Amino acid sequence: MKFTSLKSKFEGIAVRGTSAPVAGAEAGAPVPLVIETPHAARGTNLDVTVPAERVVEAVTILDDAKFMIEAITGVDWLAERQYEVIYDFTHVESGERIAIRTRIPRDKPELPTISHIYGGANWHERETHDFFGIIFTGHPQLIPLLLPEDARFHPLRKDFTA
Amino acid sequence: MSIEAQSVLNETFVLNLGPQHPATHGVLRIKLTMDGEYIMDADPVIGYGHRMHEKMGENRSYAKFLPNTGRMDYVAALFNGHGYVGAVERLAGITVPERAEYIRVITSELNRVSSHLLWLGAFLVDLGGFTPLLYCFDDREQILDLLESVTGSRLTFCYYRFGGVSNDIDEDFVAGTRKFITRLRSRMPMYDAFVTKNIIFRKRVEGIGHISAETCRKYGATGPVIRGSGVAYDVRKVEPYSVYSKFNFDVPVFHECDCMARYKVRVEEMIQSMRIIEQALDSLPTGPVMAEKVPRTLKPAKGDCYYNVESARGSFGVRVVSDGSENAYRLKLRSPCFSNMSLFRECSEGMLLPDALALLGSLDLVIPDIDR
Amino acid sequence: MECLRLVLYVAGLLAFATFNAAYLSLLERKFPSWLQLRPGPIEVGPWGLLQPVADGLKLLSKQILTPQGADLLLFKLAPVMVVVPGILCLVTIPFSETLVARNFNLGLLMIFSFGAFGVFAVLLGGWASNNKYSSIAAARVVAQNIAYEIPMLLVVISVVFVTRTFNLHSIVEQQTGGFWHWNVLNLKASLMMPIAFLIYFICMLAETNRAPFDMVEAESELVAGAFTEYSGMGFGLFFIAEYVNIIVGCSIGTILFLGGWDCPFGLLPGVHWFLIKMYALCVAVIWVRWSFPRTQFYGLLNLSWKILIPFALVNLVLTAFMLKLFR
Repeated sequence: MKFTSLKSKFEGIAVRGTSAPVAGAEAGAPVPLVIETPHAARGTNLDVTVPAERVVEAVTILDDAKFMIEAITGVDWLAERQYEVIYDFTHVESGERIAIRTRIPRDKPELPTISHIYGGANWHERETHDFFGIIFTGHPQLIPLLLPEDARFHPLRKDFTA
Repeated sequence: MSIEAQSVLNETFVLNLGPQHPATHGVLRIKLTMDGEYIMDADPVIGYGHRMHEKMGENRSYAKFLPNTGRMDYVAALFNGHGYVGAVERLAGITVPERAEYIRVITSELNRVSSHLLWLGAFLVDLGGFTPLLYCFDDREQILDLLESVTGSRLTFCYYRFGGVSNDIDEDFVAGTRKFITRLRSRMPMYDAFVTKNIIFRKRVEGIGHISAETCRKYGATGPVIRGSGVAYDVRKVEPYSVYSKFNFDVPVFHECDCMARYKVRVEEMIQSMRIIEQALDSLPTGPVMAEKVPRTLKPAKGDCYYNVESARGSFGVRVVSDGSENAYRLKLRSPCFSNMSLFRECSEGMLLPDALALLGSLDLVIPDIDR
Repeated sequence: MECLRLVLYVAGLLAFATFNAAYLSLLERKFPSWLQLRPGPIEVGPWGLLQPVADGLKLLSKQILTPQGADLLLFKLAPVMVVVPGILCLVTIPFSETLVARNFNLGLLMIFSFGAFGVFAVLLGGWASNNKYSSIAAARVVAQNIAYEIPMLLVVISVVFVTRTFNLHSIVEQQTGGFWHWNVLNLKASLMMPIAFLIYFICMLAETNRAPFDMVEAESELVAGAFTEYSGMGFGLFFIAEYVNIIVGCSIGTILFLGGWDCPFGLLPGVHWFLIKMYALCVAVIWVRWSFPRTQFYGLLNLSWKILIPFALVNLVLTAFMLKLFR
């Protein structure tokens, strides 16, 4: 299983970094960073939470291991004043699925782009920017993809009113 | 990246393909920067059909979103329903009875065949040969009649429910499906002689539209696109879901990476789908088609999960984030056409316009699936 | 007297041409619908026979739009210019022994010179529309027609070697007496005569911009090609011109290769045999259009320059050689 060999690599980068808190579970619970999840219950084999500035390193590890990018999902946690961005990767031969999560503060939603590593991330990041307003620094063409060219609103934010 | 129109120095001009255009299968606009007949840059502009299904997923309960699933990729609507229903069932821990799983497989595979038949006709229309479309539609009519008798709709299906399917199949459906399989099997040699061996068709698609396996990996292109580039990635084999692990079928893979390879993958897939349907009909178990004790308003546990199915166009994935209430907190729909389309810009550089249109046709795009 | 006769003939030919254009367009819709297992037009009139009348009325009633920035004179001149050569060609075609408007000694030469005029008109129309799609299509028209003019003329020249005259009436008179006298089976003149006929047929498809050589229109790529900006009767005239060109091309094919008004068994020659053969060729043209996808542009040009021209040249040399040998 490929992800078992990658676990140690992820653990190496997951703890370094000092950006926004990477809490994901209930308040007070211990904060797991690299979790092996059962595929049948969660749909992923490995769930890795990284700080925002380590995203590019994590994605590079996956690119070297020949994973394919599937999706980039944004989630607006209004109560915690954070955005969560989930990157889904899958391996074409073994079918393993690894999700990389990161959290960024809602007041300053910035993440480094991965479109120079994975070309497909170009459109996924544009879509996430459309829906949430997250700025992917270094993106070559961060203009609206699905919304009209002059749109300045972000519909999937929880405080969005039409 | 700005493109100067009518730039005299390098003699390129900007040509607009769409949004109203006979060959773009929906409302798609591509800004082409052309040098004579060669494409220098192709920038797709999408979003003309964007209805924000993901926001609708947050605004209504899980069950009320079910009709939306049929409106995204309307040609292969059952796969979208399967993905959504599977994701919510995974999160809520609902087990589906075996008969319902078999029915899901049979109807999904019928939908795959009808989607590929429509693609075949439309692809030939793009290349200028109008007649095969009518023959494909003749076969497709029978599938639509079968599915209508069981689901109630011909195109935008809303048949799967949390815990099973809404309607059981009867003897007429089984007999009709067997008759259909016999008929389509006897017509495949006709398609072979009329289309696959047609010299003009072969000259239009052989060696055209090269997409390497590495490009597919970088862009997330799945389905017949990646299988036509030599990679045997089929979610039904690699991450088996439902009862696909019980059936004996091959995954067609071709290594030429051109439009002809993707065409052959889809034709082979139709034949393999018919094998699956036959095996499913032969070993169809009896029993209920709906799980017991599924609450009317579903409130899955907190957390998130991912579920993906092998749609006719690629891997369709759904990521559901739940906060324990009756509406989803976040519903992400990963559409296969979105990823398949994103590699068009890189792959069409330096191609002639008719060849780029052949490549676009071979990607099998349904624009509402990209726009959602 | 001669002048009146000519005027009446031209009026008759105009009527014949428009009637044919109208009902060939109906055949174009009914015949493929039979191939494609569907009924085709059945609403207007019995078996859809009044459909062309409805289409004509529709085209007449549409507003004539001129795009902004188009060259007005050329834009309006092009549709007129594209119909005239076709009608003029019909003047010299002998429908039967006595049914010919004006029999020129250089009839064949006249027809090919007027044919080239039609290409010029399409080029003008595409260019004057001030539309990128039309300009691309206009450029394609010129390249395609030049490429296919050459093998067609080579094949026709080899037939003229046999007939020794450009006079269409005499050409047919040499082929009377049954199908074994027809030029297509005249293997004493050239062993490649049937192939020459095939080359002529393919070139005729390309010259009239019919599928699989319809790059000019290429609906799924360039919307309507050179005719994109034309509405109403402007488009109607291009449409009529296409069918008149098909009729002229099929008539020449009948005259040069299939014996004109001759009966296959030499019994009752007359205009009815001419029409039967001409319409058989028209049906073949329509059949080919609906059976094949479109070629790529360089495939089309390759076919002409690399395949048809060598074969036509070989046929020419072979004809000359055999004539020298057997006369």
